[in-house]
Amino acid sequence: MSEPTSADTRRLAQEALDRVRFEEEALELSDQVYRVARHLAASREDAEELMQETYLRAFRSWQSYTPGTNLRAWLLRILTNFNIDRGRRRQRAPQTTSLDEKGDYYLYDKLEEAEGKPLDEERVIERLSQDSIVEALSHVPHDFRDVLVLVDIGDFSYADAAQILDIPVGTVMSRLHRGRRILKGELAEEVTG
Amino acid sequence: MSGIAFDPCERCEEMMQPYLDRELTVVEMQEAENHLDGCLYCRRRYRFEVSLRRYIRTAANTQMPPELKAKLSQLRIELR
Repeated sequence: MSEPTSADTRRLAQEALDRVRFEEEALELSDQVYRVARHLAASREDAEELMQETYLRAFRSWQSYTPGTNLRAWLLRILTNFNIDRGRRRQRAPQTTSLDEKGDYYLYDKLEEAEGKPLDEERVIERLSQDSIVEALSHVPHDFRDVLVLVDIGDFSYADAAQILDIPVGTVMSRLHRGRRILKGELAEEVTG
Repeated sequence: MSGIAFDPCERCEEMMQPYLDRELTVVEMQEAENHLDGCLYCRRRYRFEVSLRRYIRTAANTQMPPELKAKLSQLRIELR
């Protein structure tokens, strides 16, 4: 075997450096990725499995990431792909159940009705517990929930969510629209019985 | 956004979510703001939507368990 040239050595050193930098950046983002993963997954255990599989895949294929692009979106693309495949394998709860979808203002109107007068918007929110929100989110069918979680919790734009899920922007918008309505319907049911 | 509603409050309801997502055009945004300025019915619902979104974000803000974080770092070492 021939001796490595100094150019080879430099290249290897640079590659090692790039890899470490990638890994550190990915790990720094893990809290933010988890926040999304936790609500895409059915349980905490599921979320942990998703995170581990995502980071394993990311560390293996770090070279396919283009430096300077949105790393958080790249990681979430791996995560949602895995989550969707896993869902298909497990044939998760069917998505075809007819959804009792309410209007955009349904939750507001329900709360106002319960209050009997116009709402103090800040105070009425306190009627919803943290658990009730997490619970209601988990009842949103996953096609809608994926988009809802990426945009409303992960703070991704419509375009980013479309890229992550590999669906058209128009689909993101319609699923988001329906997902939010379903979520509000669930919340209304919890607060008003 | 291509709205077809002629009732200004219905039109405002249509624009509400994309407005909150900052996905409206400048012209549409202006239209929504003009309506909200003059309509208490929509303004109340707008304020409610803002609070609700903030609240959902806060409620969903679950912390990653420290053991998981350690496991993720470990994955990096195992691959070497």
